Parts: sequence; C-alpha cells; structure tokens
Amino acid sequence: MNPRLRWRKFVSNFMLTMTGCCALVAVSVLFFILGYLVYNGGISINWNFFTKLPAPVGETGGGMANAIVGSAKLLLVATLIGVPIGFLGAIYLAEFSGSKVAFVVRYAADLLNGAPSIVIGMFAFALVVHPFKQFSTLAGGFALGIMMIPITLRSTEQFLLAVPRTLREGAMALGASKWKTIQTVIVPAAYRGILTAILLAFARVAGETAPLIFTALGNQYWSHGWTEPTASLPVMIYNYALSPYDDWHRQAWAAGLVLLALILIINIVARAILSRGISVPRA
Amino acid sequence: MKRITAILLMTFGLGAFFAARAVLSITGAGATFPYPMYSKWFEEYHKKDANIEINYQSIGSGGGIKQVTEGTVDFGASDGPMNDDQLKAYQDKHGFPILHFPTVLGADVPTYNIPGVTAELNFTQEAIAGIFLGKITKWNDPAIAGANKGVNLPANDIIVVHRSDGSGTTYIWTDYLSKISEEWKSKVGKGASVNWPVGLGGKGNEAVAGLVKQTPNAFGYVELIYAIQNKMPYGRVKNSSGDFIKADLASVTAAAAGAAKNMPDDFRVSITDAPGKTAYPISSFTWLLIPTKFSDAAKRDAIKGFVKWMLADGQNYTEALSYAKLPKEVIAKETKALDAIQ
Amino acid sequence: MSTSSTILPSAGPVAGSRSFFGRLREGDEIVRLITFLFAASVVLITLLLVFELWQGSVLARHKFGFAFFRTSVWDPVFEQFGGLPFIFGTLVTSAVSLLIAVPLGIGAAIFLAELAPARVSDTLEFFIDLLAAVPSVIYGVLGVFIVVPLMRVYIQPALKNTLGFLPLFRGPAYGIGFLTAGVVLAIMVIPYIISVSREVLLSVPRDQREAALALGSTRWESTWKVVVPFARTGIMGSIFLALARALGETMAVTMVIGNTPAISASLFSPGYSIAAVIANEYAEASGELYTQSLVELGLVLFLLTFILNGLARILILTTSQRGSGMGNA
Repeated sequence: MNPRLRWRKFVSNFMLTMTGCCALVAVSVLFFILGYLVYNGGISINWNFFTKLPAPVGETGGGMANAIVGSAKLLLVATLIGVPIGFLGAIYLAEFSGSKVAFVVRYAADLLNGAPSIVIGMFAFALVVHPFKQFSTLAGGFALGIMMIPITLRSTEQFLLAVPRTLREGAMALGASKWKTIQTVIVPAAYRGILTAILLAFARVAGETAPLIFTALGNQYWSHGWTEPTASLPVMIYNYALSPYDDWHRQAWAAGLVLLALILIINIVARAILSRGISVPRA
Repeated sequence: MKRITAILLMTFGLGAFFAARAVLSITGAGATFPYPMYSKWFEEYHKKDANIEINYQSIGSGGGIKQVTEGTVDFGASDGPMNDDQLKAYQDKHGFPILHFPTVLGADVPTYNIPGVTAELNFTQEAIAGIFLGKITKWNDPAIAGANKGVNLPANDIIVVHRSDGSGTTYIWTDYLSKISEEWKSKVGKGASVNWPVGLGGKGNEAVAGLVKQTPNAFGYVELIYAIQNKMPYGRVKNSSGDFIKADLASVTAAAAGAAKNMPDDFRVSITDAPGKTAYPISSFTWLLIPTKFSDAAKRDAIKGFVKWMLADGQNYTEALSYAKLPKEVIAKETKALDAIQ
Repeated sequence: MSTSSTILPSAGPVAGSRSFFGRLREGDEIVRLITFLFAASVVLITLLLVFELWQGSVLARHKFGFAFFRTSVWDPVFEQFGGLPFIFGTLVTSAVSLLIAVPLGIGAAIFLAELAPARVSDTLEFFIDLLAAVPSVIYGVLGVFIVVPLMRVYIQPALKNTLGFLPLFRGPAYGIGFLTAGVVLAIMVIPYIISVSREVLLSVPRDQREAALALGSTRWESTWKVVVPFARTGIMGSIFLALARALGETMAVTMVIGNTPAISASLFSPGYSIAAVIANEYAEASGELYTQSLVELGLVLFLLTFILNGLARILILTTSQRGSGMGNA
C-alpha cells in the first residue's frame, strides 16, 4: 500500500470518527436535556395535572387541564393555517414557478422565519385582536400558523426538489399531466421528507410562548369556543417557571414533559395514519 | 384524505362543544406583583358565585394600562398609577374616565449575597442611591460600613442586579430613588423601565432573585414576597425619620397609614419615603383600573360586587400571602367611589 | 454524474408543447393558479408584516433617523433610543451559535446518514426531532440552572486561563453573557441542522456514492467530495433555518444574556439582543416614542435578516457546482 493511500485511509478513518464524535456530543447533550425534562416532569405528574384547573397561588392540587385542551385547540388552528399555505406554496415553487418568482417567495419565507416570535405576536395582535377587541384562540392560532409557514414551505420544497429527475421524466413519458405527476409520483416520493417538515414546524410552534401572550392571553378557567382567551402549556410553563413557588416549578416541569409527550404522540400517530407505504428506498 | 377530514370535523365539534355555557366571563390583565393575591381572590369569589369567572392574567402593569385603554380587557391592574397623559388618552378614546382602586400594599426590599456575611445589613439612602448610580463600587465603602458597625464587609466589587423587563417593581424602586437622590432624579428618573447606570438585568422578580442568589457580591431589589418565598436575606432601609426599618406587614401598613389621611380622591398617590416612625420607605399601593361605564350591565355588576367583597372579606386573605391590608380610611373612601361606576 | 438538462426532441404532442386549453383540461392550469396563490400569500403576509412594522415605528424613525443605528443609549425615561447594542448582541450571539452548531450538526448528520446503521440512525433522529418541540422557555430554564453555573465555574475560567490573551475572553466571568447565550442558542438550533441535513444526505442517489467508490475514493472522500456537495443546497437550507431561529429567539436568550445594553469585545460580557429587549419591554412600554422605538428594532431585525440572507445567497450562487441535482438557492 503506497504512503499516499495510507494517508488517505487515515484521513478517512479520522474524519469519520470525528463525525461520530460530533454525533456523540450532539446526541448526549440532547439526551441530557430530554432526560432532565423527563425526570423532573415525571416526578411531578399526577392525575390532578390532567384533570384540574389551575389553583390559586400557593395552593397545591391544581392542574393544567385547560392548558392542555387550549394548546390542542391553538395547534389545530395553526396547522389549518400553516400547512396548506406552506405545502401548496412549496408545490408551486418546486413544480411550476420560474426562478425569479421562486427567489422572491423563498426570500420572503426566510424573512418571515427570522422574525422574532414576539413580533409575530404583535402582528397578530394588530390584525386579529385589535379589530375585534378580544383576545382569542383564533388569534393565537393565527400567530402560530404564520410561524409554521416558512419552515413547512422551505423544507417541503427541498424534499420535492430532491425527487430524482428520472421519476418525473418517467411519469411524463407515460403521458401524465403535471398535476397527476405531482399527485401520484412526486409527493409520495418526497412524502417522508414532507412529513418531517410539517412535524418539525408543528413541534416548533407547539412550544412557543411569546406570540401567545398578546393573542390568546391566558385563562384560569375553561375557554369556551374559539373566541375567548385560552390557557396554553407554553404560557403556563413560562408563568410557573418564573415564579417563586416550588409547587408551580414542579407543575412547569410536568407541563414541559406533557407538551413533549403530546408532540411525540402526534408524531407517531401522524406517521402511522398517513403512511401509504410508498417511499424511495434509502440510497 | 377522508380520514383527515373526519378527524378535523370531530375536533372542531369538540372545540365548539365547550362554547355552550351560561357563564359570565370577565377578563382582566396587568400587574405581576399582586398576582398571587388576585388569583386567590378571584378563585374565592368564583366559589361564592360559580357563574362568574374572572380571568386575570399578569402581563405587567404597563400591559394592563395598555390593554384596558385598547378595550381588549374589561379591567386593568397596575403597580404604578396611570399618569395624566394616560388618563387623558383613556378619556379621549372611550369618552368616559377610568378609576383607580387600591387593593393591597406591597414593598420592594434590597437583597444581597455577600460571601461570609449573614447579618442583616442597614442601608442608608446615600448607600442605595450610590450603589445603583455606580458611584459606590465596593462592599466595604464607608457609606455602607458606617451603618453596619461590627459587620466584616469584604473589599469586593458590588454586582448590581436590576429588572430588565418593564415592571411595577422597578417603578416603585426608581420612584423611591428619585425622591431621595437629586442626582438619580436628574440622571435616570423614575419609570417601569429606565436606563440603568450599572448592573445586570434579570427578567422578572424570579430572575433577579435567582441572579442575586447565584452571583457572589450581588445586590438587587425584589418584591417582599419573593424575598420571603426564596428565603433571601434582605436589609433594613433608613426611613424619613432616620430609623432603619425592615419590611414587613406592619411597617408597610404604617407607610400607608400616613398617606391615608391625605389620600386624593382619585387614589393615585405615591407612598415611598412616607412619613411615620415605623414606616417602611419603599412601599406602594397597587391598583385595579376600572372603567366608569360598562356596556354590559352583568359585567358591571359582577365587577362592582367583586370590589365590594374585596374591600370587606377579601382583606382577610391578604396577610397569609404576605400582603399588607388597606387602611380603614382608604377602604371607606373606595366603597364610596364605587358608586361612580355605571 | 447527473443527467443534463437538455430538452428531449419533441416527437408529437408531448409535455411542454400542450396548448393552454390542453393544460386547463388536465387540471394543470388550475393547480398552478391555486398553488401560485398560496405561494403569493407568503409574500403578501411578509409584506404586510413589514408594512405594520414600518407604520408602527414612524415616530421613532422620524425622530432618530439613521442615528438609531449608531447610538447606544437606551433611555425610556428621557426618551433617547439607540439600537446599536441590540444589533451587536443579536449578531454576536447568532454568530457564536452557528460557529458551534454548524460543524457539530453537519458532522452528526453525516454520521447518521452515512455511517450509522439504519435503525440507530432512525431512532436517534426521532429523539433529535423531539427536541425541536421543547419549549424555548425550558431551554432558558436549563440554561439558567445548568449552563450558567457551568460557564461561571468551569468553562469561562478555563477559557480565560488558556486563551485569555485574546480580547474575546477577558473580563469577569458572570456566567451569563454573549457566550452563554450563543451556547444555549447552538443547542436549540442543532436539531434543525441535523434533521434536515440528514434527510437531504439520505436522499442523495446511491449511484453517486457508488460511482465515487468505484473510482477508488475512500469512504470519507466519497462523502465529503461527492455526497455533501450534491446535498449542498439542502444543507445550506438547514443552516438558513438555524440562523433564522437564532436571530429571532426570544425567551431563552433573555434568560441568559444579562439584559444589559453593552457593546464589548469580550464574549464574557453581558449583552442584549433585539428579540430580548422587545420581549422584556414591549408589554410595559408606555408612551408612543418608546413603543415605536421597540417596533423599529423589530424592523431592524427584519433588515438584518434580509441582509444576512442576501449575503448567504450570494455565497451559494458564487460557489455552487453546476449540474448538481438541486440547483436552487
């Protein structure tokens, strides 16, 4: 084996080990965070948490039942706003648009993504709360939905574009229209990535606090319908974590864990329900 | 696709299900300082009348003023009274005035973390102003040591901690500093947010408490309740009569008592550096901001009913949570002022 | 290695030469219109947001003009507002976070996509995705209780002792400050980089890798010189996402940055960022000039994002390989 080859092999092994180290560092930090959250949340979860409304300060036995339902409602509205715009917009960018239009739309999406969540909250306040003089679940869902758009759009577009040209050409050669190709070939091929994109966006907004403070406000009681202020898990975590009461600290950890578990469950359920079995085999 | 639609329809249905209830929902927002008290009060009131749900959110005193002026909440709450401009803005926007109703009293305390020092320190007015202006930089400075004979203060740099978010707590603290220090008044002034000459900023009472606890040689200010809950050492402050007073229910009530006699009709009064031998100098009222006209008669009656209850039975709950009661004269005056709300 | 983009010679009515009505009949025109509307709505929303920010900061802009970018005084009582410390803080913390997260993230993504067995890779990816769901408040709390003491007691003194001759690592070690905020941000954005980069790397066609190996390259060479460049735009996209998140992150940053409008060469110094100051002061800001100055800061952040995105795009355009499978910025 000549020296040059030996060197190249050495570099190869070294660099690959380094990537392993990177993965190790990243994963262990992340595992640590998850573990910390699971531990602190786990010891604080009890039946009350899921069934009771918040108790006044200093009293134990309260729970976050209304916050759990509130978060679910907010995320539903957000998904209904963010996913269609992001997904369909991405289809336009990947399949139909010219490069100039695509450039503008992508740039706009990146700008939107970089807006501080609190600015989005201010925006939703001006658009939805101020005209109707009412803090509401709809306003909160609107703010969160806007935040979902850029992540969904950009990531979905990337995965649509990653579908190999050969698949597209094959469909075209068989005489399929553009829409048919998208529907039956491209989207299913990129399906895994698209789902990742949507779930990533969903996970991101599920934990956002700042936009909700100016839109959904908060509520100690049940929020009726869609036009009343509502409690939500992130805002409760924020209020409780920054308080001086131990019981509230414990509840904040529990809320963090429940939030995470909720995302997890939705992740699993979404992949299971929407799985159609078609995906490009791993390269 | 069909599955997704079915699931969506079901969830929408469930969401709307919660809509049908004959309950009166009132929303208020504002000061964080009295939040523990208000949450207890509104809960107790709800127990009395299960059809009234008063939802109070602590978004900050300024937030309370803003939102009640916008009309997005039914009432507001603030640790610092609305100034004339804000009152005028409200009047201009709605066509009728808004009233202040004091609810409880609270105090800011100076808290510190000095390695090796467990004693309760005395702070003169010059000391506090000097530290926050950045002119007194070491713990063993004569201004501090002079009031604490017998305590071995180290020659370490003082690390000042203040609030980074706009807050009523800061308003009270800077209001006090403006009264006792001309230099502070002209250089920095009073407000919910100021341009601090020195120091680190923490978001919320809890962050300041946390920073002080974790950082050796730190000096900051927090609300009395937070100091008690976090078991933090806090010092005595020299009042206008020259005595070093520790903040507690009695000394805070004493500060209010002096003001009660000369309480203006609109209840907007500052009681920092109040006269009185046992008065704690960094005390303050906190107010509910209630409009004088309500379009919804049910809401108006509910709120008036609550304030009446708060002034009577409600005052019995304050001490358990370390808030000082209102002086009797103030209560009587407020009960009369309620009639102005139609 | 990739198919060329020449158009096949047309042999009769083939895709590309349908008439308008042909497209309409097959539903393509409608689909194009609908998806265009949705894509356009993204631009519309962004423009509306900028418009609201512009309108909402008119007083401040007229009063301060361009001095807003140069002055450092932030005084709500005497109504003097300058945005420089916040711009500085935002840039510094984002830079630090990317410097940490990008190498680690790409390295980890390469490992997960190329080397790790499929089940291990999928399981780890699952957990990493989950981390994107952790509320930023929790990152902030963890930052305060774990990262800050670590910094103050171990890491900052260690950096001072070894690299203290650099102006970057001077000054008292409070634990909070630019460096800590950068580290916390790095932890928050790494899942995005790993997640998206890994997916993109996985979607690189097998034949690319095999061709490289067949030509005698080592495993690393085929990865670094063939697969990664092929996935270049996707990886860049993930870095954009991460940058955007870092620029706009509010809660976690405000809990560990020290909230002091200071400009300093030292990473140990406490500082402030645009998102943090808006979060801290907006709800309580009284007075039109104060509120509008905060809104102007939001507008400035938009401008920053605009410029940074533009610079990054120029970078891609000037260095991207021709003929790679995904040539879109």
